[in-house]
Amino acid sequence: MEGLLDFLKPPVAGIQDFYILSGRALRNLFRSPHYADDIFIQMDAIGVGSLWIVILTGFFSGVVITMQMSRALEQYGATGQVGEIVAITLVRELGPVLTALLVAGRNASGIASELGSMKVTEQIDAMRALGTDPIQKLVTPRMIATCVMLPMLTIVADFVGLLGGYVIAYYTIGLTSSEYWTDAYQALEYNDIVQGLLKPFVFAFIISLVGCFYGLRTSGGTQGVGLATTKAVVVSSIWVFVVTSMLTRIFVNLH
Amino acid sequence: MTSAASSTAGIESLLRFETVSLRFDETVALDSVSFEMGPGETRVVLGAAGSGKTTLLKVAIGLIRPDSGRVYLFGQDITGLKENQLFDIRSKVGVLFQEGGLFDSITVAENVAYPLLNGHTHNVPLDQVETKVRDALRFVELEQTVEQFPAELSGGMRRRVGIARAVVSEPPLVLYDSPTAGLDPITATTIMALIAKERDSQDIANLIVTQRYQDGQLMANFRYNRNSGHLEPASSNEGAEGNGPDPARTVFLVMKEGRVVFEGTQHELEASQDAYVQKFVPKY
Repeated sequence: MEGLLDFLKPPVAGIQDFYILSGRALRNLFRSPHYADDIFIQMDAIGVGSLWIVILTGFFSGVVITMQMSRALEQYGATGQVGEIVAITLVRELGPVLTALLVAGRNASGIASELGSMKVTEQIDAMRALGTDPIQKLVTPRMIATCVMLPMLTIVADFVGLLGGYVIAYYTIGLTSSEYWTDAYQALEYNDIVQGLLKPFVFAFIISLVGCFYGLRTSGGTQGVGLATTKAVVVSSIWVFVVTSMLTRIFVNLH
Repeated sequence: MTSAASSTAGIESLLRFETVSLRFDETVALDSVSFEMGPGETRVVLGAAGSGKTTLLKVAIGLIRPDSGRVYLFGQDITGLKENQLFDIRSKVGVLFQEGGLFDSITVAENVAYPLLNGHTHNVPLDQVETKVRDALRFVELEQTVEQFPAELSGGMRRRVGIARAVVSEPPLVLYDSPTAGLDPITATTIMALIAKERDSQDIANLIVTQRYQDGQLMANFRYNRNSGHLEPASSNEGAEGNGPDPARTVFLVMKEGRVVFEGTQHELEASQDAYVQKFVPKY
């Protein structure tokens, strides 16, 4: 029994610490001081910095979905509806999830390694000693920046994905521009747009807070920084899939 | 009276530990540690690696909470204070961390200005910040590094910038965590000379955690003469204007496995028969 308690104690304590960190980061939204400069720096790093990989990934996702779906739809003589499939798949699911995974790989790791390096070189202690709350200065700006930029990146990914699908639909399948875009536009309902924007917003909390959480828990020098980075990417990616399943379930029921 | 001295007027004890104990899992970090230091006093904490010196320093300003016992900073019990309640009291303490603890994403000047711009109790007008930063960097003879980033500096220079940041707000108490660790003997002596100079210029109290006996020896036996602008043996300038505290006010504290095993003056340390304590005193 004691062995089981010892086994369970670290993960339970970890979850508790994560909730405490999240609570403090959210509470700081309503407390001074606010570090606007840090928010803009992080928005640039997370948003502008991730723009090109999001554009490339989004475009080729649209290309691949269109090629795969057109083959499947051909069996039913419905290749004309490929725009609808691409729009629904991208806006509801693939746009938010792929963008979140890219940002998790690029920014959760970046956040964890930056904060982890600060932790092992005593910069976090120095910050506290100099009268600054590290959660207010480091965590809250990253959380705000990710929550603003991830939905925007997702909109970009959705759009270039549709564009990628259009390129294939027009040049390979032979659909007209109006056939593709009208079909894609009409397929989208209010429910799709809401879940397509709500998901990246929730993923943004997960990615930023998990990155900060593992960064601030780093111990054991440079090896610890590497470990924190890996954990941040793995855990945030898994949670993106878990949460998208839960949200999809809710929205499918609402429909 | 200097600002450091005036801010501690009427306070008998700057820092007091009362039977403070702390464990990290199975490791004892601090074991019933008690001591008290007053204004203008220099306290040199000696001990082997892992003896609890750095932990003691972090507990002193509430960065780590003890499991039991009480810590009083400027007469206030900080043991049960919340993090945001500690910010005010911490801003009255300068700290030099082992590797300098400089923020590597901002320049040297921004690092040194940080306590003035972000401190909770320092209301320094913006137009005076630059002057104070330049003065602090001139004090550590690194005025030319203003626009550089910490990563561009050598280990000794980073330590000196750390000292500038620790003293820029003229706190009455400064804590130094292994200020000479990993430095060559010449740079180490330069660093200690700066610490002694700061102590005697501002009449501030120092808590210095170190593995080197020579660091404490310099603090106990040398004083900065404001008239000549040099460090001089303490006995040669007694009575001179602007002398620092009495050398007897340099108190040594030796730690072993989280316990304080010695507390006393340099002479008492050198006369100690304890085998562990004797390891820190060089035999000539």
